[in-house]
Amino acid sequence: MSYRAADPTPARTRSKTGNGGTRDLAYVALFAAIVAVLGVIPPVAVPVIPVPITAQTLGVMLAGSVLGARRGGLALLLFLAVVAVGAPVLSGGHGGLGVFAGPTAGYLYSWPIAAFVIGWLTQLFWRRFNAGYAFLANVLGGIVVIYAIGIPFTSLYADVPLWTSFTGSFLFLPGDLVKAFIAALVADRVRRSYPVIELPARQPAHR
Amino acid sequence: MSTLALYSPRLSPLHRTPAGVKLAALGALSVLLFAVPRLPVAPAALAVVVVLALGGARLTPRQLLAQLRPVWLWLVGLLAFHLVVTDLASGSLAVLRLAALVLAAAVVTATSKVADLVAVIEWLCAPLRLVGVRPGRIGLAIAMTLRFIPLVAERGARIREAQAARGATRPMFLMLVPLLVQVLQLAHTTAEALDARGADDEPPPRPLWRRS
Repeated sequence: MSYRAADPTPARTRSKTGNGGTRDLAYVALFAAIVAVLGVIPPVAVPVIPVPITAQTLGVMLAGSVLGARRGGLALLLFLAVVAVGAPVLSGGHGGLGVFAGPTAGYLYSWPIAAFVIGWLTQLFWRRFNAGYAFLANVLGGIVVIYAIGIPFTSLYADVPLWTSFTGSFLFLPGDLVKAFIAALVADRVRRSYPVIELPARQPAHR
Repeated sequence: MSTLALYSPRLSPLHRTPAGVKLAALGALSVLLFAVPRLPVAPAALAVVVVLALGGARLTPRQLLAQLRPVWLWLVGLLAFHLVVTDLASGSLAVLRLAALVLAAAVVTATSKVADLVAVIEWLCAPLRLVGVRPGRIGLAIAMTLRFIPLVAERGARIREAQAARGATRPMFLMLVPLLVQVLQLAHTTAEALDARGADDEPPPRPLWRRS
Protein backbone atom coordinates (compact mmCIF):
# COMPACT_ATOMS: atom_id res chain seq x y z
CA MET A 1 0.00 0.00 0.00
CA SER A 2 1.95 3.01 -1.13
CA TYR A 3 -0.21 6.01 -1.71
CA ARG A 4 1.56 9.29 -2.24
CA ALA A 5 0.39 12.67 -1.14
CA ALA A 6 -1.52 14.38 -3.94
CA ASP A 7 0.26 17.66 -3.27
CA PRO A 8 4.03 17.45 -3.79
CA THR A 9 4.60 20.93 -2.33
CA PRO A 10 6.61 20.68 0.89
CA ALA A 11 4.72 21.91 3.91
CA ARG A 12 7.04 24.79 4.67
CA THR A 13 6.54 26.49 1.29
CA ARG A 14 2.84 26.92 1.98
CA SER A 15 2.09 30.28 3.51
CA LYS A 16 0.94 30.41 7.10
CA THR A 17 -2.41 32.00 6.27
CA GLY A 18 -2.81 30.23 2.94
CA ASN A 19 -4.09 26.73 2.34
CA GLY A 20 -2.81 25.49 5.69
CA GLY A 21 -5.56 26.91 7.87
CA THR A 22 -8.39 25.59 5.73
CA ARG A 23 -6.62 22.27 5.34
CA ASP A 24 -6.31 21.88 9.10
CA LEU A 25 -10.02 22.68 9.39
CA ALA A 26 -10.79 19.89 6.89
CA TYR A 27 -8.51 17.41 8.68
CA VAL A 28 -10.16 18.19 12.01
CA ALA A 29 -13.71 17.96 10.64
CA LEU A 30 -13.02 14.70 8.79
CA PHE A 31 -11.43 13.06 11.82
CA ALA A 32 -14.37 14.08 13.97
CA ALA A 33 -16.51 12.32 11.35
CA ILE A 34 -14.28 9.23 11.53
CA VAL A 35 -14.71 9.04 15.30
CA ALA A 36 -18.46 9.27 14.75
CA VAL A 37 -18.43 6.50 12.12
CA LEU A 38 -16.33 4.26 14.39
CA GLY A 39 -19.13 4.60 16.94
CA VAL A 40 -21.55 3.02 14.45
CA ILE A 41 -19.43 -0.11 13.97
CA PRO A 42 -21.29 -2.80 15.93
CA PRO A 43 -19.64 -3.37 19.30
CA VAL A 44 -17.66 -6.56 19.74
CA ALA A 45 -19.14 -8.67 22.51
CA VAL A 46 -16.35 -10.41 24.41
CA PRO A 47 -17.61 -13.35 26.44
CA VAL A 48 -15.59 -12.66 29.61
CA ILE A 49 -16.26 -8.89 29.78
CA PRO A 50 -19.82 -7.74 30.51
CA VAL A 51 -19.29 -4.41 28.71
CA PRO A 52 -19.04 -4.50 24.89
CA ILE A 53 -15.89 -3.13 23.33
CA THR A 54 -16.62 -0.25 20.99
CA ALA A 55 -14.33 1.17 18.37
CA GLN A 56 -14.79 4.80 19.39
CA THR A 57 -11.63 5.18 21.50
CA LEU A 58 -9.78 3.72 18.52
CA GLY A 59 -10.72 7.02 16.84
CA VAL A 60 -9.27 8.98 19.76
CA MET A 61 -5.94 7.19 19.38
CA LEU A 62 -5.90 7.52 15.58
CA ALA A 63 -6.74 11.24 15.68
CA GLY A 64 -3.79 11.89 17.98
CA SER A 65 -1.27 9.71 16.21
CA VAL A 66 -2.22 10.73 12.65
CA LEU A 67 -2.98 14.44 13.06
CA GLY A 68 -0.67 15.35 15.94
CA ALA A 69 -1.35 17.09 19.23
CA ARG A 70 -3.17 20.30 18.25
CA ARG A 71 -5.32 19.03 15.39
CA GLY A 72 -6.00 15.71 17.15
CA GLY A 73 -7.24 17.45 20.28
CA LEU A 74 -9.34 19.87 18.21
CA ALA A 75 -10.86 16.96 16.25
CA LEU A 76 -12.12 15.39 19.48
CA LEU A 77 -13.35 18.75 20.81
CA LEU A 78 -15.28 19.15 17.57
CA PHE A 79 -16.66 15.62 17.92
CA LEU A 80 -17.91 16.46 21.41
CA ALA A 81 -19.50 19.66 20.05
CA VAL A 82 -21.29 17.56 17.41
CA VAL A 83 -22.52 15.25 20.18
CA ALA A 84 -23.62 18.25 22.26
CA VAL A 85 -25.77 19.76 19.50
CA GLY A 86 -27.74 16.53 19.42
CA ALA A 87 -26.24 14.17 16.84
CA PRO A 88 -26.56 10.57 18.10
CA VAL A 89 -23.00 9.67 17.15
CA LEU A 90 -21.74 8.11 20.36
CA SER A 91 -21.59 4.32 20.17
CA GLY A 92 -25.01 2.83 20.76
CA GLY A 93 -26.67 5.81 19.10
CA HIS A 94 -26.40 8.08 22.12
CA GLY A 95 -25.96 11.81 21.94
CA GLY A 96 -27.30 15.14 23.05
CA LEU A 97 -26.47 17.01 26.22
CA GLY A 98 -27.64 14.12 28.44
CA VAL A 99 -24.43 12.15 27.90
CA PHE A 100 -22.44 15.06 29.35
CA ALA A 101 -24.46 14.77 32.56
CA GLY A 102 -24.13 11.00 32.98
CA PRO A 103 -21.79 9.23 35.40
CA THR A 104 -19.36 8.22 32.65
CA ALA A 105 -19.11 11.73 31.16
CA GLY A 106 -15.58 12.06 32.55
CA TYR A 107 -14.40 9.61 29.90
CA LEU A 108 -15.91 11.85 27.22
CA TYR A 109 -14.22 14.96 28.61
CA SER A 110 -10.91 13.10 28.67
CA TRP A 111 -10.96 12.30 24.94
CA PRO A 112 -9.67 15.65 23.60
CA ILE A 113 -6.93 15.65 26.26
CA ALA A 114 -6.05 12.03 25.44
CA ALA A 115 -5.84 12.79 21.71
CA PHE A 116 -3.67 15.81 22.47
CA VAL A 117 -1.29 13.78 24.67
CA ILE A 118 -1.07 10.96 22.09
CA GLY A 119 -0.35 13.53 19.40
CA TRP A 120 2.29 15.21 21.53
CA LEU A 121 4.04 11.89 22.24
CA THR A 122 3.80 10.96 18.55
CA GLN A 123 5.49 14.21 17.58
CA LEU A 124 8.15 13.51 20.20
CA PHE A 125 8.85 10.08 18.66
CA TRP A 126 8.19 11.16 15.06
CA ARG A 127 11.66 10.68 13.58
CA ARG A 128 12.03 7.07 14.78
CA PHE A 129 8.31 6.39 14.88
CA ASN A 130 7.16 2.77 14.51
CA ALA A 131 4.33 0.61 15.77
CA GLY A 132 6.13 0.12 19.08
CA TYR A 133 6.37 3.83 19.85
CA ALA A 134 2.81 4.27 18.63
CA PHE A 135 1.64 1.57 21.05
CA LEU A 136 3.50 3.29 23.89
CA ALA A 137 1.89 6.65 23.03
CA ASN A 138 -1.56 5.01 22.82
CA VAL A 139 -1.16 3.32 26.19
CA LEU A 140 0.05 6.49 27.94
CA GLY A 141 -2.37 8.88 26.27
CA GLY A 142 -5.26 6.64 25.36
CA ILE A 143 -5.45 4.49 28.50
CA VAL A 144 -3.59 6.22 31.37
CA VAL A 145 -4.94 9.72 30.65
CA ILE A 146 -8.51 8.55 29.97
CA TYR A 147 -8.63 6.42 33.12
CA ALA A 148 -6.98 9.17 35.21
CA ILE A 149 -9.82 11.54 34.30
CA GLY A 150 -12.74 9.15 33.91
CA ILE A 151 -12.30 7.16 37.14
CA PRO A 152 -12.22 10.09 39.62
CA PHE A 153 -15.11 11.74 37.74
CA THR A 154 -17.31 8.67 38.11
CA SER A 155 -16.38 8.31 41.75
CA LEU A 156 -17.14 11.98 42.54
CA TYR A 157 -20.29 12.04 40.47
CA ALA A 158 -21.86 8.83 41.75
CA ASP A 159 -20.55 9.23 45.29
CA VAL A 160 -18.72 5.91 45.04
CA PRO A 161 -15.28 5.30 46.60
CA LEU A 162 -12.39 5.75 44.21
CA TRP A 163 -11.30 2.12 44.57
CA THR A 164 -14.67 0.72 43.46
CA SER A 165 -14.71 2.94 40.40
CA PHE A 166 -11.08 1.95 39.76
CA THR A 167 -11.67 -1.81 39.83
CA GLY A 168 -14.86 -1.44 37.76
CA SER A 169 -13.06 0.26 34.91
CA PHE A 170 -10.47 -2.51 34.72
CA LEU A 171 -13.01 -4.59 32.86
CA PHE A 172 -12.21 -2.33 29.92
CA LEU A 173 -8.44 -2.77 30.12
CA PRO A 174 -8.05 -5.87 27.88
CA GLY A 175 -10.17 -4.27 25.16
CA ASP A 176 -8.33 -0.99 25.45
CA LEU A 177 -4.96 -2.75 25.10
CA VAL A 178 -6.21 -4.47 21.92
CA LYS A 179 -7.37 -1.11 20.59
CA ALA A 180 -4.04 0.54 21.43
CA PHE A 181 -2.29 -2.22 19.47
CA ILE A 182 -4.59 -1.95 16.44
CA ALA A 183 -4.34 1.86 16.41
CA ALA A 184 -0.55 1.58 16.58
CA LEU A 185 -0.40 -0.71 13.52
CA VAL A 186 -2.76 1.53 11.57
CA ALA A 187 -0.97 4.77 12.53
CA ASP A 188 2.39 3.31 11.51
CA ARG A 189 1.06 2.28 8.08
CA VAL A 190 -0.67 5.63 7.52
CA ARG A 191 2.53 7.46 8.46
CA ARG A 192 4.44 5.54 5.81
CA SER A 193 1.87 6.23 3.07
CA TYR A 194 0.51 9.70 3.91
CA PRO A 195 2.36 11.53 6.69
CA VAL A 196 0.44 14.52 7.98
CA ILE A 197 2.48 15.62 10.99
CA GLU A 198 5.21 18.12 10.13
CA LEU A 199 7.89 18.70 12.70
CA PRO A 200 8.43 22.30 13.78
CA ALA A 201 12.17 21.70 13.46
CA ARG A 202 11.78 21.45 9.69
CA GLN A 203 10.32 24.94 9.47
CA PRO A 204 12.74 27.81 8.80
CA ALA A 205 14.09 29.45 11.93
CA HIS A 206 12.89 32.96 11.01
CA ARG A 207 9.15 32.44 11.13
CA MET B 1 -28.95 18.56 9.43
CA SER B 2 -31.91 17.80 11.62
CA THR B 3 -32.60 14.34 10.20
CA LEU B 4 -29.68 12.97 12.18
CA ALA B 5 -30.28 14.98 15.36
CA LEU B 6 -32.25 14.14 18.48
CA TYR B 7 -34.37 17.32 18.12
CA SER B 8 -38.07 16.61 18.50
CA PRO B 9 -40.15 19.25 16.66
CA ARG B 10 -43.18 20.52 18.61
CA LEU B 11 -44.99 23.76 19.28
CA SER B 12 -44.45 24.48 22.94
CA PRO B 13 -43.35 27.25 25.31
CA LEU B 14 -40.06 25.44 25.94
CA HIS B 15 -39.36 25.12 22.22
CA ARG B 16 -39.82 28.89 21.89
CA THR B 17 -37.40 29.65 24.74
CA PRO B 18 -34.00 30.70 23.34
CA ALA B 19 -31.43 27.89 23.38
CA GLY B 20 -28.95 30.03 25.33
CA VAL B 21 -31.46 30.50 28.18
CA LYS B 22 -32.13 26.76 28.36
CA LEU B 23 -28.40 25.96 28.39
CA ALA B 24 -27.78 28.51 31.14
CA ALA B 25 -30.61 26.99 33.20
CA LEU B 26 -29.12 23.52 32.67
CA GLY B 27 -25.73 24.75 33.86
CA ALA B 28 -27.28 26.39 36.91
CA LEU B 29 -29.17 23.18 37.73
CA SER B 30 -26.01 21.05 37.63
CA VAL B 31 -24.17 23.52 39.87
CA LEU B 32 -27.10 23.59 42.29
CA LEU B 33 -27.40 19.79 42.45
CA PHE B 34 -23.74 19.31 43.29
CA ALA B 35 -23.33 22.37 45.53
CA VAL B 36 -26.32 21.45 47.72
CA PRO B 37 -26.17 17.66 48.16
CA ARG B 38 -29.28 17.46 50.39
CA LEU B 39 -32.18 15.14 49.88
CA PRO B 40 -35.10 17.56 49.29
CA VAL B 41 -33.20 19.37 46.52
CA ALA B 42 -32.66 16.42 44.16
CA PRO B 43 -36.24 15.04 44.13
CA ALA B 44 -37.61 18.58 43.82
CA ALA B 45 -35.34 19.21 40.83
CA LEU B 46 -36.41 15.91 39.27
CA ALA B 47 -40.09 16.79 39.75
CA VAL B 48 -39.59 20.24 38.16
CA VAL B 49 -37.76 18.70 35.20
CA VAL B 50 -40.48 16.09 34.61
CA VAL B 51 -43.25 18.73 34.83
CA LEU B 52 -41.34 20.99 32.43
CA ALA B 53 -40.75 18.10 30.02
CA LEU B 54 -44.34 16.86 29.94
CA GLY B 55 -46.13 20.21 30.32
CA GLY B 56 -43.67 22.82 29.09
CA ALA B 57 -42.15 20.91 26.20
CA ARG B 58 -45.09 18.53 25.44
CA LEU B 59 -42.81 15.49 25.27
CA THR B 60 -44.44 12.09 25.74
CA PRO B 61 -43.64 9.95 28.82
CA ARG B 62 -42.28 7.35 26.40
CA GLN B 63 -39.72 9.84 25.08
CA LEU B 64 -38.62 10.64 28.63
CA LEU B 65 -38.18 6.97 29.53
CA ALA B 66 -36.17 6.43 26.34
CA GLN B 67 -33.74 9.11 27.55
CA LEU B 68 -33.13 7.18 30.77
CA ARG B 69 -32.44 3.89 28.99
CA PRO B 70 -28.68 4.43 28.57
CA VAL B 71 -28.25 5.07 32.32
CA TRP B 72 -30.86 2.82 33.94
CA LEU B 73 -28.31 0.12 34.73
CA TRP B 74 -26.28 2.79 36.47
CA LEU B 75 -29.29 3.92 38.47
CA VAL B 76 -30.04 0.38 39.68
CA GLY B 77 -26.37 -0.40 40.35
CA LEU B 78 -25.83 2.84 42.26
CA LEU B 79 -28.83 2.29 44.48
CA ALA B 80 -27.79 -1.29 45.21
CA PHE B 81 -24.22 -0.20 45.96
CA HIS B 82 -25.31 2.51 48.38
CA LEU B 83 -27.76 0.20 50.12
CA VAL B 84 -24.89 -2.18 50.83
CA VAL B 85 -22.15 0.32 51.65
CA THR B 86 -23.90 3.42 53.02
CA ASP B 87 -27.64 3.97 53.46
CA LEU B 88 -30.83 4.56 51.51
CA ALA B 89 -30.64 8.36 51.86
CA SER B 90 -27.29 8.88 50.11
CA GLY B 91 -28.19 6.21 47.55
CA SER B 92 -31.45 7.85 46.56
CA LEU B 93 -29.70 11.24 46.50
CA ALA B 94 -27.11 10.00 43.97
CA VAL B 95 -29.77 8.27 41.84
CA LEU B 96 -32.23 11.18 41.84
CA ARG B 97 -29.47 13.67 41.06
CA LEU B 98 -28.32 11.60 38.11
CA ALA B 99 -31.85 11.14 36.76
CA ALA B 100 -32.67 14.86 37.12
CA LEU B 101 -29.52 15.97 35.29
CA VAL B 102 -29.78 13.45 32.46
CA LEU B 103 -33.45 14.25 31.89
CA ALA B 104 -32.91 18.02 32.04
CA ALA B 105 -30.12 17.77 29.47
CA ALA B 106 -32.28 15.55 27.27
CA VAL B 107 -35.10 18.10 27.42
CA VAL B 108 -32.77 20.88 26.24
CA THR B 109 -31.57 18.67 23.37
CA ALA B 110 -35.10 17.68 22.35
CA THR B 111 -36.38 21.26 22.34
CA SER B 112 -33.47 23.10 20.71
CA LYS B 113 -32.68 23.11 16.98
CA VAL B 114 -29.16 22.11 15.97
CA ALA B 115 -28.60 25.49 14.30
CA ASP B 116 -29.60 27.33 17.50
CA LEU B 117 -27.23 25.25 19.63
CA VAL B 118 -24.43 25.85 17.11
CA ALA B 119 -25.13 29.59 17.39
CA VAL B 120 -24.81 29.37 21.18
CA ILE B 121 -21.51 27.49 20.86
CA GLU B 122 -20.22 30.17 18.48
CA TRP B 123 -21.30 32.87 20.93
CA LEU B 124 -19.59 31.07 23.80
CA CYS B 125 -16.43 30.76 21.71
CA ALA B 126 -16.35 34.47 20.78
CA PRO B 127 -13.64 35.21 23.41
CA LEU B 128 -11.39 32.72 21.56
CA ARG B 129 -10.93 35.59 19.06
CA LEU B 130 -8.28 36.80 21.49
CA VAL B 131 -6.17 33.68 20.86
CA GLY B 132 -6.57 33.82 17.09
CA VAL B 133 -9.64 31.64 16.48
CA ARG B 134 -12.47 32.66 14.17
CA PRO B 135 -15.70 31.71 15.97
CA GLY B 136 -17.51 31.37 12.64
CA ARG B 137 -15.14 28.54 11.81
CA ILE B 138 -16.58 26.44 14.63
CA GLY B 139 -20.05 26.47 13.11
CA LEU B 140 -18.53 25.65 9.72
CA ALA B 141 -16.56 22.77 11.25
CA ILE B 142 -19.68 21.32 12.92
CA ALA B 143 -21.62 21.53 9.66
CA MET B 144 -18.72 19.89 7.79
CA THR B 145 -18.54 17.02 10.30
CA LEU B 146 -22.27 16.37 10.08
CA ARG B 147 -21.94 16.28 6.29
CA PHE B 148 -18.83 14.07 6.35
CA ILE B 149 -20.26 11.35 8.62
CA PRO B 150 -22.34 9.63 5.88
CA LEU B 151 -19.54 10.24 3.38
CA VAL B 152 -16.91 8.50 5.55
CA ALA B 153 -19.32 5.64 6.28
CA GLU B 154 -19.93 5.17 2.56
CA ARG B 155 -16.19 5.18 1.78
CA GLY B 156 -15.65 2.57 4.49
CA ALA B 157 -18.39 0.33 3.10
CA ARG B 158 -16.92 0.66 -0.40
CA ILE B 159 -13.44 -0.37 0.79
CA ARG B 160 -14.84 -3.38 2.63
CA GLU B 161 -16.76 -4.44 -0.50
CA ALA B 162 -13.65 -4.07 -2.65
CA GLN B 163 -11.60 -6.16 -0.22
CA ALA B 164 -14.33 -8.82 -0.09
CA ALA B 165 -14.52 -8.88 -3.90
CA ARG B 166 -10.80 -9.68 -4.02
CA GLY B 167 -11.50 -12.55 -1.67
CA ALA B 168 -9.54 -10.86 1.08
CA THR B 169 -10.06 -12.39 4.48
CA ARG B 170 -7.87 -9.76 6.09
CA PRO B 171 -8.39 -8.53 9.59
CA MET B 172 -11.08 -5.87 9.75
CA PHE B 173 -8.78 -3.16 11.04
CA LEU B 174 -6.68 -3.18 7.88
CA MET B 175 -9.68 -1.52 6.25
CA LEU B 176 -8.80 1.49 8.40
CA VAL B 177 -5.51 2.17 6.59
CA PRO B 178 -6.97 2.81 3.10
CA LEU B 179 -9.92 4.58 4.72
CA LEU B 180 -7.67 7.02 6.59
CA VAL B 181 -5.55 7.68 3.51
CA GLN B 182 -8.67 8.34 1.43
CA VAL B 183 -10.01 10.65 4.13
CA LEU B 184 -6.75 12.61 4.30
CA GLN B 185 -6.85 13.06 0.52
CA LEU B 186 -10.48 14.10 0.80
CA ALA B 187 -9.48 16.73 3.38
CA HIS B 188 -6.99 18.02 0.87
CA THR B 189 -9.51 18.47 -1.94
CA THR B 190 -12.10 19.87 0.46
CA ALA B 191 -9.64 22.51 1.65
CA GLU B 192 -8.88 23.46 -1.95
CA ALA B 193 -12.58 23.72 -2.75
CA LEU B 194 -13.20 25.87 0.33
CA ASP B 195 -10.29 28.17 -0.48
CA ALA B 196 -11.51 28.49 -4.07
CA ARG B 197 -14.79 29.73 -2.63
CA GLY B 198 -13.03 32.31 -0.51
CA ALA B 199 -12.83 30.51 2.83
CA ASP B 200 -9.52 32.17 3.56
CA ASP B 201 -10.55 35.69 2.56
CA GLU B 202 -11.03 36.71 6.17
CA PRO B 203 -7.66 36.43 7.93
CA PRO B 204 -7.69 34.99 11.45
CA PRO B 205 -7.72 37.60 14.22
CA ARG B 206 -4.32 38.40 15.68
CA PRO B 207 -3.70 36.75 19.03
CA LEU B 208 -3.53 39.11 21.98
CA TRP B 209 0.19 38.64 22.46
CA ARG B 210 0.98 39.59 18.85
CA ARG B 211 -0.98 42.85 18.95
CA SER B 212 1.02 46.03 19.26
